[in-house]
Amino acid sequence: MLTLTSPVEIWAHRLPAGLKLAAIALATTVLFALQAPVLLALAAAATVGLYATGGARFLWAGVRLVWPLWPFVLIVGLWHLWTSDISAGTSVILRMLTAVALANFVTMTTRLSDMIEVIQWLAQPLAIFGLSPRKIALAVALAIRFIPVMLDRLAQITQSWRARSPRRPRWRVLVPATLAALDDADRAAEALRARGGAG
Amino acid sequence: MERNLTHIALFAALIAVLGLIPKIDLAGGVPITAQSLGIMLCGTVLGARRGALAVLLFLALVAAGLPLLSGGRGGLGVFAGPSVGYLLGFPVAAFVAGWVMERTTLSAGIAATTASVIGGIGVLYVFGIIGMAVMLDKSLSEAAFLGMAFLPGDILKAILAGLVTQSLARMRPASLLSRG
Repeated sequence: MLTLTSPVEIWAHRLPAGLKLAAIALATTVLFALQAPVLLALAAAATVGLYATGGARFLWAGVRLVWPLWPFVLIVGLWHLWTSDISAGTSVILRMLTAVALANFVTMTTRLSDMIEVIQWLAQPLAIFGLSPRKIALAVALAIRFIPVMLDRLAQITQSWRARSPRRPRWRVLVPATLAALDDADRAAEALRARGGAG
Repeated sequence: MERNLTHIALFAALIAVLGLIPKIDLAGGVPITAQSLGIMLCGTVLGARRGALAVLLFLALVAAGLPLLSGGRGGLGVFAGPSVGYLLGFPVAAFVAGWVMERTTLSAGIAATTASVIGGIGVLYVFGIIGMAVMLDKSLSEAAFLGMAFLPGDILKAILAGLVTQSLARMRPASLLSRG
């Protein structure tokens, strides 16, 4: 399955994931303390500069990742034009885009397996509630494995509906899809038990 | 034990798959996807604890960098954006929906619709609206006004969650772990 990690390898790929996450947490805290549009514009420019160190293709991939925010930019922009409070609106939009772009930078330069390791490390205290790191690792692997399986299943269900009816299936695929998930869960549980259990 | 674990993992996958179904545009151009329906189903089918854990697992995969949120979004960036309140509200919404489902003796369909409205709309909107107010620097009422655009779609999804849960209760009563 495709991940959001950038195929363009840059210097930041070689930094440890924990370090990048700590840096991002610090940068985001500072970002939310800034109020002046000038300072936020500087932060935004620095972020663009950070992406630019990875080359044009990396920068473009980064732009595409923040693109889904356009409705918020539009709404906030119009809102502040209407209340004629342009400087506050500029601050909000710049802060939002910079915070998201910085976080995306970490995602783009960190492999999925490294990130999952960090999550498992962070989840260690959950062991008191009976959620051992082993079980979490197993659940993560199962979910990732079953997403493509369930996508295929959904495509099959839709296809068989189309073979029987001229109408579009829409919500009618939901019941068989949920049933299939429940059945898969039961079968996977049996398979696990047969191999010594989830421990 | 193994059954709990596989149900949590499979429903995390189900939320992801429902987010990838092509979206339908409601009147006014507001897109609705089946993803929040998946959150509701986690609560109404799996119950409070397992449902919330399934949603947490899904969010962990998103944070780790898989583009599983509707529209192919994902990574750490979505947790720094204006929708972060909704994301943090997801597991709580599933928990509350499951909690309501476990505690009422109404028939499965009506109980699941009620549970989805309380958890998947009521609780989720409180988180989502506070999140937007903070991230976009707006007052709560202004953020609530923005959030209301999704209400018609979400009511539709709560009804669908009720219908799906009712069908499951009829076809495979034992599969409804929230009523187990």
